[in-house]
Amino acid sequence: MFTKILIANRGEIAVRIIRACREMGIIPVAIYSDADRAALHVRMADEAYYIGPSPAPESYLNIDRILTVAKRCRAEALHPGYGFLSENSDFAEACAISGIKFIGPSPASMALMGWKTKARQQMEKSGVPCVPGNSQALQSPEQAKQIADHIGYPVMLKAAAGGGGKGMRLVSGPQQIQAALEAAQSEALRAFGNGDVYIEKAILNPHHIEVQILADEHGNTIHLGERECSIQRRHQKVLEESPSSFVDADLRQRMGEAAVRVATAANYTNAGTVEFLVDNAKNFYFLEMNTRLQVEHPVTELVTGLDLVRLQIKIAANEKLTVSQSVVQFRGHAIECRVYAEDPDNRYFPSPGKITLLEEPSGPGIRLDTGVYEGWTVPNDYDPLLAKLIGYGENREHAISRLLRALNETFVGGIHTNLSLFRRILNDPAFRAGKIDTGYLDRLLISGVSGENREHEQVAAIAAALFHVLDPTIKEGNKKKSPAGVLDSNWKRASRIVPDSHE
Amino acid sequence: MIYNVSIAGRNSRIALERDGENWKCELDGVQFQLDARPIRPGVISLIVEGAAYEVKRDQLGNQTRLWINNIPFIAEITDPRSLSARSRSAATSTTAKLLASMPGKVLRVMVSAMDQVEVGQALLVIEAMKMQNEIKSPTKGIVEQLITEGTYVNAGDVLAIVK
Repeated sequence: MFTKILIANRGEIAVRIIRACREMGIIPVAIYSDADRAALHVRMADEAYYIGPSPAPESYLNIDRILTVAKRCRAEALHPGYGFLSENSDFAEACAISGIKFIGPSPASMALMGWKTKARQQMEKSGVPCVPGNSQALQSPEQAKQIADHIGYPVMLKAAAGGGGKGMRLVSGPQQIQAALEAAQSEALRAFGNGDVYIEKAILNPHHIEVQILADEHGNTIHLGERECSIQRRHQKVLEESPSSFVDADLRQRMGEAAVRVATAANYTNAGTVEFLVDNAKNFYFLEMNTRLQVEHPVTELVTGLDLVRLQIKIAANEKLTVSQSVVQFRGHAIECRVYAEDPDNRYFPSPGKITLLEEPSGPGIRLDTGVYEGWTVPNDYDPLLAKLIGYGENREHAISRLLRALNETFVGGIHTNLSLFRRILNDPAFRAGKIDTGYLDRLLISGVSGENREHEQVAAIAAALFHVLDPTIKEGNKKKSPAGVLDSNWKRASRIVPDSHE
Repeated sequence: MIYNVSIAGRNSRIALERDGENWKCELDGVQFQLDARPIRPGVISLIVEGAAYEVKRDQLGNQTRLWINNIPFIAEITDPRSLSARSRSAATSTTAKLLASMPGKVLRVMVSAMDQVEVGQALLVIEAMKMQNEIKSPTKGIVEQLITEGTYVNAGDVLAIVK
């Protein structure tokens, strides 16, 4: 087993990996940028090394700097987390050349799966169903139009090098395709350094269901069941659960077997996730494979009782899987809420800043994977994910009630967060009935908010006066600003006409 | 002590008076007892005739938010004599001042100072945490003041003035 692992990441996932290292008696090494000197992962690590300025390309994406640190501190292995360099096969290759074990699949498997068009070609060969589309980079808007005419609108433009919703555009007709293609290409270029975009038929409001697989370096591959990830906004997952209420035992088995086939076809090792789109008739199509640990891995950990990060490290240390498929058992239900620093009243725009007050939930069936603390300033430079709040119960209803209880115990002050969104989702009758697909969240957000606010107005008025007397740490708002009201939209404020009192 | 508190656009008159460990409170003519204990900065435990609340306060930009059962309210303690003065100044102004609603970087500026712009015309793009947000002109007019590309802004900073 390794004695020291460098964690090439930040935030909650770096903290998660540090915890696994400690439990295994391995020394965890953190890296940090200027913005992250006082970050939680740095505070928790045994060793921490500065790797550069705050912008990710100069720090968490800087392969040379990270490998220099890894060699200098004599780390035997490196865990990439998710995002950043986790799916960069050049990085995995560079680790191998430096004699550092990359905790993940081989560079070849990563390159195959990272190139979405090549992955499609390989899966078609292996008999795994794919969404209709092309498996080559688009050369021109004319070519895109031709293919779209052939497979039929609406279509989805996707970055060949991509993932995570970046470089992705839904196109409903030929007149939009040129602008959408240009936007997708430039976004892809910015996000991945490659502007190749391909086209797929858009399956409207499908279920987004993924299967976790684990493969050791001795030829054993198993799956750990599915995660329902249909609750998305702009192709970004917001809430995930396992099991999916849409998946029955038969579908679970067929998807699990397909996922194992996908992994085997790619000579895949370590932890990975095979994403499928599932239509209402329960046909499933291979979407892509994520060659890393997923953000939402905790829901699988809770229903299987397995520690995925621990198993990743063991696999990387060349140990054989001690769990066989027949031993994997699913028990209970788990739901994860991704708590983001973003403003629900302002189109969920990121809202970095200082966390002035933080109260964290605990108690039965609650797990909080966090990367922040009270007093920490959430930097402007990275993903707005603050923490993952995961609820576990004997069934879905139980998990929901525990999460709602935990949300009531949670408070984040000083910045905007999307906590109110989870209260809405978890109380929504359609969600509770399991009626969810990838269009669910947009439908919920259009439906507007109920007027539950009024009952506490008097208490709020009393509290305002009491704070004024008992806790004068904050001065009341600038009296020159607009009169107070219910939380008005920041988006509206951003572009509203403000009377200029100096004129 | 007497306060005029505005919550959700409604004004209330609150009288508070210490009564040993507790408070006597009069809200819009109704009297009751309050038991309020500061827990730590930003948190007060409040019991009003048996009903227990954990009330919290934070500040975002120039707004003070009060949280009751995790529902936010924007609160302002006002002096009633200043209200009429404020509404008069609002009515006479014709200048549109665009303020940043959150910290971020000015990624692109699509217009120049002294340009004529239309309602809804895109003026600039702000990026925060890899998300881009286009800021549009709320009014027709001349761009009189404009932030430069690459500037890092905080909530409340002036991005542009359109007159």
